[in-house]
Amino acid sequence: MADKNNVWVFVQQDDGRIVDVSLELVCKARELANRLKVGVNAVLMGESMKDEAAKLLPYRCDEVFVVEDPRLKNYQPVPYTKVMVDLIKKYEPQIVLYGATIVGRDLGPRVASNLKVGLTADCTDLQIGDHVIKDKTWTNILYQIRPAFGGNIIATIVSPEKKPQMATVREGVMKLAPLAKDAKGKVTQIEFNLCSEDFPTEILKRVREMKRVNLKGARIIVSGGMGVGTRENFKLIADLAHVLGGEVGASRAAVDAGFIPKDHQVGQTGTTVRPNLYIACGISGSIQHRAGMAESGKIIAINTDPDAPIFQIAHYGIVGEIADVIPKIIKAFKAKI
Amino acid sequence: MKFNIVVLVKQVPDTKNVTGQAMKEDGTVNRAALPAIFNPEDMNALEAALMVKDQHFGSKVTVLTMGPPAAIQVLKESLYRGADEVALISDKRFAAADTLATSYALRCAIINKVKDYDLVFCGRQAIDGDTAQVGPQTAEKLGVNQITCVSEIQELTAKEITCRRTIEGGFEVVRCKLPVLCTFTDENFKPRPASAKLVMAHKNAALEFEDKYDESYIESARSLGKTVKIDLWNVETIGADPASCGLSGSPTKVKKIDSVVLKGAQVKQVSNTDEGIAGMMQELIVDHTLG
Repeated sequence: MADKNNVWVFVQQDDGRIVDVSLELVCKARELANRLKVGVNAVLMGESMKDEAAKLLPYRCDEVFVVEDPRLKNYQPVPYTKVMVDLIKKYEPQIVLYGATIVGRDLGPRVASNLKVGLTADCTDLQIGDHVIKDKTWTNILYQIRPAFGGNIIATIVSPEKKPQMATVREGVMKLAPLAKDAKGKVTQIEFNLCSEDFPTEILKRVREMKRVNLKGARIIVSGGMGVGTRENFKLIADLAHVLGGEVGASRAAVDAGFIPKDHQVGQTGTTVRPNLYIACGISGSIQHRAGMAESGKIIAINTDPDAPIFQIAHYGIVGEIADVIPKIIKAFKAKI
Repeated sequence: MKFNIVVLVKQVPDTKNVTGQAMKEDGTVNRAALPAIFNPEDMNALEAALMVKDQHFGSKVTVLTMGPPAAIQVLKESLYRGADEVALISDKRFAAADTLATSYALRCAIINKVKDYDLVFCGRQAIDGDTAQVGPQTAEKLGVNQITCVSEIQELTAKEITCRRTIEGGFEVVRCKLPVLCTFTDENFKPRPASAKLVMAHKNAALEFEDKYDESYIESARSLGKTVKIDLWNVETIGADPASCGLSGSPTKVKKIDSVVLKGAQVKQVSNTDEGIAGMMQELIVDHTLG
């Protein structure tokens, strides 16, 4: 039987494929586990998941627990909660991480409520440290760091008195580690008897559209904000993205104004991105937006307002109108290559 | 068919309109500077409940909120739109509750006071914490199934509900038995405006309670009205264990709060000329950011 006190990751699969955030979390779990000198375990449920489970091993997962049942193919809250609760009670991990996806945010709270333990939502960072309440000191506690109040503050949350400490973590904020060449971990099948009452949800239909926008994987993102002005002007953003071979992003304000669909939104309520180059066009740079792109390799900000907050985090700042600056960038780029 | 629907709502600071004054020098939030509003997605949940009531004559919509006495404002807003009964779960001992302690108190209120329910509706998340945890946590404590992120109720019968819900990159249509807890987002369920007739009927709604309250605690709410009743429930009324409420029932603690500092590199001012921009592009090509 696996050791107690390990760091766990609930691994989410969509249509039988492990989602990116779960891989990111296994890498982060490894880092935390090394600090705590414990192992990393993953839990993966689905129809036939053994081969897919093996993909977690090069990310330095020590042991993957696979629970297979055709009825677990698509997520539903009641049976997934039951499996997680039972496994946690049996193996007593000290930390359990979930992706802050629709699934993770559906499942994590139910597990926490059942176990009467803490859960911190939407973490953007996790650290290990000590915590003191009056005379008592807890060592090696999980610091669960998250934006709060609509992104205006960053809170560090701890739950030292209850185990496991649990958190959901935003997609795209934890980095993938390079793959290990000699993966040592193993995949263990767990037999689990689920009865028909454990499946109270009937999924009548499930439709997933191919993602048209791939912001997370983009090396270059050209984003537009309210300063773009109109839906028509957004074509300039798309032109620049096209010339540079990048994706089109947007601020929340531009999405709310109807300039562009929501799947292009960068920021706290959109996608967190980390491209090599981020060009912010007519984006003032609210905290919510900056939190979603500040880690970009290089940032170019274009804005008519020289005091726009976006300039605080930019590497290159250009004060001017989008319609004036973008053609100059395109011209300069075409001349160089 | 009649349905008993419980709607869970929250009064929240309007974090979407944070201005300079809303943040104190030390980076903490000056709640007093933020207007208190009806949590937007809870308003969508209330609308969903009122739509069920419109279609199924004789259904009852009961709105519950946990919060300080001033939170009766969101209950009145619910009455103005057609809620049948409202109750404020309020007690100093509920203060500083995290999502686990909050869901425990809501569960106690639903089981011990509301008793008969077919549906529990709430917003997916509140804009002050954005956790989306209280809905699923309450469902688990009630021992009922949940359907989160509902975008449409397609069918409701005496025994079952069929909903369309949002999933990553698409949607699902799911069916399950009642009772069930559903959470709603701003997709569809546009809130109806307050009805003038109901505003007249309820604008003076005042608190009424069976258990003991410190007069100074409820003073602030007293001034808000005096005629129609709004139930006020404390720890004893809802039959909760005080140890599981408020701060003592909350496993998560705030260790510290920081203001958001996103440090950037030194910004290089690029002149808006062909030469300036060409120079910048040259640098980006040389350092392999581009090309």
